[in-house]
Amino acid sequence: MSSMKGAQILIESLRKEGVDLVFGIPGGANLPTFDALHQSPIKVIMTRHEQGAAHMADGYARASGRVGVCLATSGPGATNLVTGIATAFMDSIPIVAITGQVRTYMIGNDAFQEADTIGITRPIVKHSYLVKDVRDLARVIKEAFYIAATGRPGPVLVDVPVDITTAETEFHYPTSVNLRGYKPTTDGHTGQVGKAAEAIAKATKPMLYVGGGAILSGAAAEVTELARKTKIPVTTTLLGLGAFPESDPLSLGMLGMHGFEYTNYAIHECDLLIAIGARFDDRVTGKADEFATHAVKIQIDVDPSNIGKTVPVDIPIVGDVKKTLQALLAVVTAPDTRAWRQHIEAMREQYPLTYQEGSRLIPQYVIQQISEATKGNAVVATGVGQHQMWVAQYYHFNQARSLITSGGLGTMGFGLPAAIGAQFARPHDVVWDIDGDGSFEMTHQEMMTAVSHGLPIKIAILNNRQHGMVRQWQDLFYQGRYASSLFPKQPDFVKLAEAYGAVGLRVTDKAGVRPAVERAMTVTDRPTLIEFAIVADENCWPMIAPGKPSHEMLGTYETLKASGGKPQPRKAKPLDADELSVS
Amino acid sequence: MTALPNRPPTLPHHTISCLVENHFGVLARIAGLISARGFNIASLTVGETEDPTVSRMTIVVEGDERTLEQIKKQLNRLVDVIRVQELKDGEFIDRGMILVKLEANAKQRSEIMQIMETFHGKIADVQPQSVVVECTGDQRQIDALLEVLKPFTILEVVRTGRIALGRG
Repeated sequence: MSSMKGAQILIESLRKEGVDLVFGIPGGANLPTFDALHQSPIKVIMTRHEQGAAHMADGYARASGRVGVCLATSGPGATNLVTGIATAFMDSIPIVAITGQVRTYMIGNDAFQEADTIGITRPIVKHSYLVKDVRDLARVIKEAFYIAATGRPGPVLVDVPVDITTAETEFHYPTSVNLRGYKPTTDGHTGQVGKAAEAIAKATKPMLYVGGGAILSGAAAEVTELARKTKIPVTTTLLGLGAFPESDPLSLGMLGMHGFEYTNYAIHECDLLIAIGARFDDRVTGKADEFATHAVKIQIDVDPSNIGKTVPVDIPIVGDVKKTLQALLAVVTAPDTRAWRQHIEAMREQYPLTYQEGSRLIPQYVIQQISEATKGNAVVATGVGQHQMWVAQYYHFNQARSLITSGGLGTMGFGLPAAIGAQFARPHDVVWDIDGDGSFEMTHQEMMTAVSHGLPIKIAILNNRQHGMVRQWQDLFYQGRYASSLFPKQPDFVKLAEAYGAVGLRVTDKAGVRPAVERAMTVTDRPTLIEFAIVADENCWPMIAPGKPSHEMLGTYETLKASGGKPQPRKAKPLDADELSVS
Repeated sequence: MTALPNRPPTLPHHTISCLVENHFGVLARIAGLISARGFNIASLTVGETEDPTVSRMTIVVEGDERTLEQIKKQLNRLVDVIRVQELKDGEFIDRGMILVKLEANAKQRSEIMQIMETFHGKIADVQPQSVVVECTGDQRQIDALLEVLKPFTILEVVRTGRIALGRG
């Protein structure tokens, strides 16, 4: 076999992994790689900033379930990826980041555009490689994709010095991976699965608590089957939204800091909590040692380190969520949950989501309208802050991989590039970025990337001219001292959209919301940005105050009702009397 | 006289023996993980094993049982970590080494030599006004030696981390 240059080997290896699309920016240390890409069938999306490339790879992975790939040059190119890699790491998203590096013999000499990329990214990758010999390159790429996508997924970084990409060797792509230190457990222990089934059969007030792991594992169907078979109500985390259809009467939506009031009460009262690919994050539990204290806890997770990390667990099951649920479904029997479901229905009536209806343009209403117009079937990306929580509360998610949001790291600026990545992954689906003005401005240069490729993404900017969640906390905990949270001036977002070559719309009243949303849905050859000039003082309720137990909330229905709040029923009508949970 | 600093009361110590890939950056990965997760290391040693592609790390950590569980699980998450084993009291032997430089005139020197004999230690260096002693042993023996040497003027102390192997 004839020899190949490292850059070609890299590209051929990507092709062997089925990669047909990458996001990135070239520079001195990865020019040979981009030159080889240019001559290959792989489509290269040149972004306007490397952070955009990392978030696009992430959005692509979240929307498709495939591994996302981003490329950057050495030094500043690599450091610009860092936020994106950390975002993927916190949410266990499989991406492979390929960075250029200075020549092997220059490493450590403070060369031009040199940074210790491996060192800088060490705590935020699942694994990383510095390729020092071109003969290792094909194996490293094989391992990188394997590690990124298996077990608990996560980002893998491959740092490739430029002289490795010009060195030559024969190309043999390995057919298998043998890593003695990496053998994820996939099959849940049969004995533990049996114990879980026994606990379920005995429970009178059980709850399913479903996290992002269920979606990553492709287990939405199994979660749904388990819930319907056992008639156990389901709450999901932010990242778990979509793992169970919110139109189902068993759905209790999201729990946690800005979860539903009745859901947090149900968690507090339940006698069995079945955590499925969820890690008892502090935004879910509130004060961890007072979380679901009356419940026996089952936890299914592929990563043993997630088990018992913040909350002790009675029946741990280490294994792939999908496989473990399949095993559980084979042995589980349904407990009698009629009284429990009736109680939950009563709480649902008694403690609904609430906002003050009126003529003012408020964000919750905008999201309800987008949810209705898209029938809950769009892919929705978000930034981070109040708008993100309102999306979680007011958009009805019915499918896995339809919410693309930064849960763990809470990365503002994630929405737009993630939506772009998602649209590339699913060209035939409707993709929205529901964003805040503050979040949007952190990465809005990627509008140009979206316009360049004619992507029909819809961008809803809920413009309250402030960092709303920061302002809310300042109101609650800092006596209303608005330290650097208000924007005295913001750009004209419509003109900004038009400057980029996108469609720009502005909505200033309730009557304008639905027509603008419908109009955006008709644009198919470029992005549409809608600026919603929402009120500035709306708060995100309910809220578990930091450090408080999860059933002690601020902004409950009782308190909001007093100031004119109107309930916003969250439950869709049951389709079939047989499925009516309370019957 | 240089007093040894009084240590604050510590949490229980645990000895973890870890087989890792013997290549670039593994030590940094493990040390980074332990510090990033806020675990306290009492000592860490690393050396090649009978298989040159594998190193053994002996890590002594401080913490309660839950912390220990997390450390073991987090170490296991690393792709470069092949095996993690907790060595339980009585089921392993451990050794560390200490060098102590003491102020010593001729009279003190002979006292020190007697002490070192008891501890199966050695005089490693003799100068007109000082000596350096060395001793190898488990944690307790070394702590005991330091206690006995306290009445002398200790100029400098250096200790290795612990190395350990399971019995049998």
